[in-house]
Amino acid sequence: MNMTLDSSGQARQEIVSNLPCIYTKVGALRWRRVADNLRASGARLLTLWGADDRDRDGRFRIYAAYLVKEGVSVFEHPMEQGRKPTYPSLAEIFPCALHMERAIHDLFGIVSMEPDHRGWLRHCGWPQTVFPLRRDFDGNTKFSIDSQPYEFIQVEGDGVHEIAVGPVHAGTIEPGHFRFSVVGEKVLRLEERLGYTHKGVSKRFEEMLQMEGHRLAARLSGDSAVAFSWAYCAALEAITQTACPPRAANLRALALEHERLANHLGDLGALGNDAGFAFGLTQFSRMKEDLLRMNASVFGARYLFDFVQPGGVAVDLPDRAIRLLLDHYLLLEEGVSSLRAIYDNHAGLQDRFRDAGILKQDLAERLGAIGLAGRASGISTDLRVDYSYSPYNRLKPKLVTQSTGDVAARVQVRFDEVFESVRLCRMLLEEPVAGPIRMECPSPPPGRLGLGLIEGWRGPVLIALESGPDGTIRRCHAHDPSWQNWPLIEYAILGNIVPDFPLINKSFNLSYSGHDG
Amino acid sequence: MIDTLSRMIRTGILTETLPPLKAASPQVDGLQMDLRKILGRALCIRHVDAGSCNGCELEIQALNNPYYNLEGVGIKFVASPRHADLLLVTGPVSANMEEALKRTLDAVPDPKFVVAVGDCGACGGVFGINYASRGAVANVIPVHRTVTGCPPSPVAILEAIRSVIVEA
Repeated sequence: MNMTLDSSGQARQEIVSNLPCIYTKVGALRWRRVADNLRASGARLLTLWGADDRDRDGRFRIYAAYLVKEGVSVFEHPMEQGRKPTYPSLAEIFPCALHMERAIHDLFGIVSMEPDHRGWLRHCGWPQTVFPLRRDFDGNTKFSIDSQPYEFIQVEGDGVHEIAVGPVHAGTIEPGHFRFSVVGEKVLRLEERLGYTHKGVSKRFEEMLQMEGHRLAARLSGDSAVAFSWAYCAALEAITQTACPPRAANLRALALEHERLANHLGDLGALGNDAGFAFGLTQFSRMKEDLLRMNASVFGARYLFDFVQPGGVAVDLPDRAIRLLLDHYLLLEEGVSSLRAIYDNHAGLQDRFRDAGILKQDLAERLGAIGLAGRASGISTDLRVDYSYSPYNRLKPKLVTQSTGDVAARVQVRFDEVFESVRLCRMLLEEPVAGPIRMECPSPPPGRLGLGLIEGWRGPVLIALESGPDGTIRRCHAHDPSWQNWPLIEYAILGNIVPDFPLINKSFNLSYSGHDG
Repeated sequence: MIDTLSRMIRTGILTETLPPLKAASPQVDGLQMDLRKILGRALCIRHVDAGSCNGCELEIQALNNPYYNLEGVGIKFVASPRHADLLLVTGPVSANMEEALKRTLDAVPDPKFVVAVGDCGACGGVFGINYASRGAVANVIPVHRTVTGCPPSPVAILEAIRSVIVEA
């Protein structure tokens, strides 16, 4: 029987989480069979991560976390001792597993039985024989750049040519590479290459203490700082059995909804601009700035990077803030309603939005679309709605979906979510809960594994945190929903014209840094 | 159309007066004047994300909102480094972006300036230096000025851009 032993020699009995969590150990055969069954029952693959436990029992491990009806279901597959670490690929069953498996190969040298072994996170920064997340690798080792060509899949035929874009893009955005194969201006194929912003965050976590890891978590993807730092703290609180005080949970949700609002306002403006309607950018960027200034006035910072802390939050909301915020929401709603009417009635804008970058529901379902982009293609998932975690169990958020899966649908989901977020923020302020804003987190025993899952503005973010001795972090895996959703763009762009790519890409607005790690 | 125009009129002009520059000489009373005097034309900036978390990008984007109205004072973001006077680099510089960053700098015509934005760009920040991260931008290319903050405010970024020009 396979067992995970923690450093005191105890077999792991459970994995804890802020959502209901089921934990199962499986061998190689069941690893795949379980995935088949889960697929058939409508479960979603959330993430895969590896672990090097050779110091404990001579094994590498791979974990898969699925979203199931009851909560999150985690499968652990320990690999055989002393053999080359391999496991059956899940990419045929869950296509989104492919990039994750390639990343695990780059970082651990654990090989999935899948033919595509091109480096995904490893470009040129470290040799192919070096695996940075292995325990015997010193994270501070430096290698010189060794540039290697990347083999993009080529499309051949009369008049087919390639357009290479990136990694440095023509705007204030993150780096990534897009390789288009086109005929005329029509896109036949798009291949994405990511990993440019890989900063070795998983290795960096292992140098940190549990009580400071939230600072790095907040900086995995700057636009999702609250979501990631909350997910980290939820994982830590689960393994230390700390209950976040209700007032702090409310404030976390308020901060998270502000983060959602700020990003949606920014995107709605940028989408207008990308379709040639600069007025939209001016108006929405003004409203976003107003919200950020409101954040600075009531939370003390425009972006809430260090607001969520283990056991609670960093600062309390002053009483004067409630009136300020409620007044602010009125202005925000009025502004967004009138701009929505302008967007909806603007023929030129709707002409660009509608039928651009369509991702149909059945394809979205097959590819494992998740979060905002999934909801715009009729995939009804939202952790805040589907599961019960504080304080959303009390707020009862409404699920927002659209069915057409085009740019227009992703715009409409954002509009609807803005109004829903404002409703949630109002509820949080109008029913204030008194009490402390922070609890002490005790130091957990080593070898405990906890998951934190929070619905950020893009979709569910996950942190898997395993404690080491004396308050250290043994392993921390972070997952951004962009892992699932980047491949969607490769399909949504097909048959569209190259000039529509910026608009389609923006309508997804996925994270590079959160994905690259 | 009426709705759009009415919204524009109701919004009015929001552009704020820039705060006085700390290091500037007393006769310098505006960024636009500085630019006209020193460059005689608009300052063209190329932004390069060399591995940032995207936090600094959000504040750089904010410079174009109507409150800061960067283009209004004669600074614009350009799509190619070949059109740029100044590189605004956010970091830490990842190993995977090292080469792209150097090539982008090479493509900027002389004279050129580099401003490193954010704690990570200035010193490596929370990521530091490891197998995949080179830390501060200055570890990879020459830097004229750094702006600390995580993320730095739009005003702080603007101040750094301005001081580079004034002291050039």
